[in-house]
Amino acid sequence: MNSAPEGLRIEKVHVWRGERHVLKGLSLEVQPRELLHVSGPNGTGKTTLLRVASGLLRPEQGTVSWMGRSISSSPGQYQAVMAYCAHEPALKNDLTALENLRFAVGLKRRVTLQELHTVLDCTGVGSIADLPTRVLSAGQRRRVALARVLAMRATLWLLDEPYSNLDASGTELISGLLQAHVEGGGAAVVVAHHALTLDCNVRRLELNS
Amino acid sequence: MTVGVWEAFVLIVRRELCLSFRRPEQLLQPLVFFLIVTTLFPLGLSLQLSLLRDISPGVLWTAALLSSLLSLDSLFKSDADDGTLEQLCLSSQGLTVIVVAKTCAHWLVSGAALVIVSPIVATALGIPVAAFATMMLSLALGTVTLSWLGAIGAGLTIGLRRGNVLLSLIVLPLATPLLIFGAAATERAISGSSTAGALYFLASLCVFTCTLAPLAATAALRITLE
Amino acid sequence: MWTWFYKLASPPYVYGVAGAFVPWLLGSAVLALGYGLIAGLAIAPPDYQQGDAFRMIYVHVPSAILSLTVYTVMAAASAVALIWRIKVGHAVAAASAPIGASFTLAALVTGSLWGRPMWGTYWAWDPRLTSELILLFLYVGVMSLRSAFEDPARGDRAAALLAIVGVVNVPIVHFSVVWWNSLHQGATVVKLGAPSMPGSMLWPLLAMWLGFMCFYGAVLCLRLQGELLNRERQAVWVREAIKS
Repeated sequence: MNSAPEGLRIEKVHVWRGERHVLKGLSLEVQPRELLHVSGPNGTGKTTLLRVASGLLRPEQGTVSWMGRSISSSPGQYQAVMAYCAHEPALKNDLTALENLRFAVGLKRRVTLQELHTVLDCTGVGSIADLPTRVLSAGQRRRVALARVLAMRATLWLLDEPYSNLDASGTELISGLLQAHVEGGGAAVVVAHHALTLDCNVRRLELNS
Repeated sequence: MTVGVWEAFVLIVRRELCLSFRRPEQLLQPLVFFLIVTTLFPLGLSLQLSLLRDISPGVLWTAALLSSLLSLDSLFKSDADDGTLEQLCLSSQGLTVIVVAKTCAHWLVSGAALVIVSPIVATALGIPVAAFATMMLSLALGTVTLSWLGAIGAGLTIGLRRGNVLLSLIVLPLATPLLIFGAAATERAISGSSTAGALYFLASLCVFTCTLAPLAATAALRITLE
Repeated sequence: MWTWFYKLASPPYVYGVAGAFVPWLLGSAVLALGYGLIAGLAIAPPDYQQGDAFRMIYVHVPSAILSLTVYTVMAAASAVALIWRIKVGHAVAAASAPIGASFTLAALVTGSLWGRPMWGTYWAWDPRLTSELILLFLYVGVMSLRSAFEDPARGDRAAALLAIVGVVNVPIVHFSVVWWNSLHQGATVVKLGAPSMPGSMLWPLLAMWLGFMCFYGAVLCLRLQGELLNRERQAVWVREAIKS
């Protein structure tokens, strides 16, 4: 389709991990107001795909572009509009949830502590914002990681299994956040094992070996 | 509104200092190691204090070098282990600011601490008080250079098995000029002769490293993370 | 002009070129070393001060020069590999490292054996010896770093960076006898102006130097072929090359 170059475009990407050919000429496109649900068995390269999309991994062949420009040409600009959440929540155990957010988000844009408190309340961990992350449960850490994504106010969300370790209310929360994000003009690529029940524009990409 | 380079630098330094002071025992370990190693030499050699003075500059500097190596491993390791290093790299600030800020913070809690503790160690080794200023200046210059050499080594060895041994193997050969000239400067201060030459050399090494090492350390980090 | 540069980026092309060079380099090495050893050990007159002990120069000096040259080649190949992402550069660096380390060790050992009659000691902590020892540690560091990574591509890039960082040591080794009061004698051949050595002693030395260089070239080509075969073992051209 020859529409204007909006959104994330991955073209004919090849990635080898050692001798394994993980991604074999993969191409995809995610426009704003779209959510791409990536699923597939273990080891088929879902995490690798997200890492390539985030720019952490440079593919041996192929291009990744955002809004028509290659992400490696101006990584700073791309990172300013993108938020990546890995399978690990990526939080410092010795810092509180609030401090974690402050140091992570504060590098992308100026935030006030009040704002961060509000975001933590949104994801249901406002009451434990001042506890060291070490004492939080896996589900609470996942919520803090999502609060970080929310606070970054990014256009593109790249989430690797955001639903893991969450209870029913947490699952509902994430679906709500994703829906609000996509309806508000954002784009998202979500790796998840189960089916997503969302009211917005969801496309599926099934990876197989 | 995007965050400027200086703001980002200050924020990362604050983060590192915050993390370091949450674990004060980890700050003290290299210093205690410094004290212990320095006492090993006189105990092993059982010298009189006056004879000890002859070898004290070398002993002091070797101990400082070794204890600095201990703390270098932690420069990137803990962030790499819990995934926050990746998040830092995606923070739209660029790797260079991150590397510079982390190394500066690292020097503040390890190298600077070493310089402050050195008079205690120096007294135990019989170094006269008159030589303290030169000794501390040489240690300050040397530890800055060492922090930068260590940043390159740490960047290359993140996540490797026995990475800290490899780190020492990489950093120590590059750090031998520091040892030679740092000990020489202290020795000249003790004997009363001119220390200018050795100190100038240390300073030039420091400036040279501070200029080029950030590039190498950033490249090292990029290689390891890709 | 750049076409030959880009051809050198192709492993099968380099494999072929290296294979073609080997017999010439080996032949030249044998000739040069043959002449150098005979002329140096038998024909050249004994030194006025050192007697026959000076003949160690015919092994020591070429080894030392090669130890620096090989490191420079390794660092240059690493730089090419990192900047232009040409993988053959990594193969050249990996092939050169053990050769350079051996030359460094040879220089240190022959120097030590020569030091005993000349200075009265097997070792002295003077700037040139110390920096040459550091060079050996750098070689070992580069080799260890390369092998410590599970992903060979990453290991190559890390070792390449270390090689480039360590190249600072090469001018230090060379100029150490100029910059500091050193026990080691100053430069006699590789310096500005005429060499300060009589012809009968100089020619065998130059021949040995040339012989060592050709020897390095030959061994590098052989090792490079092996490295390329190993690295590209999945590729089609490797299967063809092994068959022939």
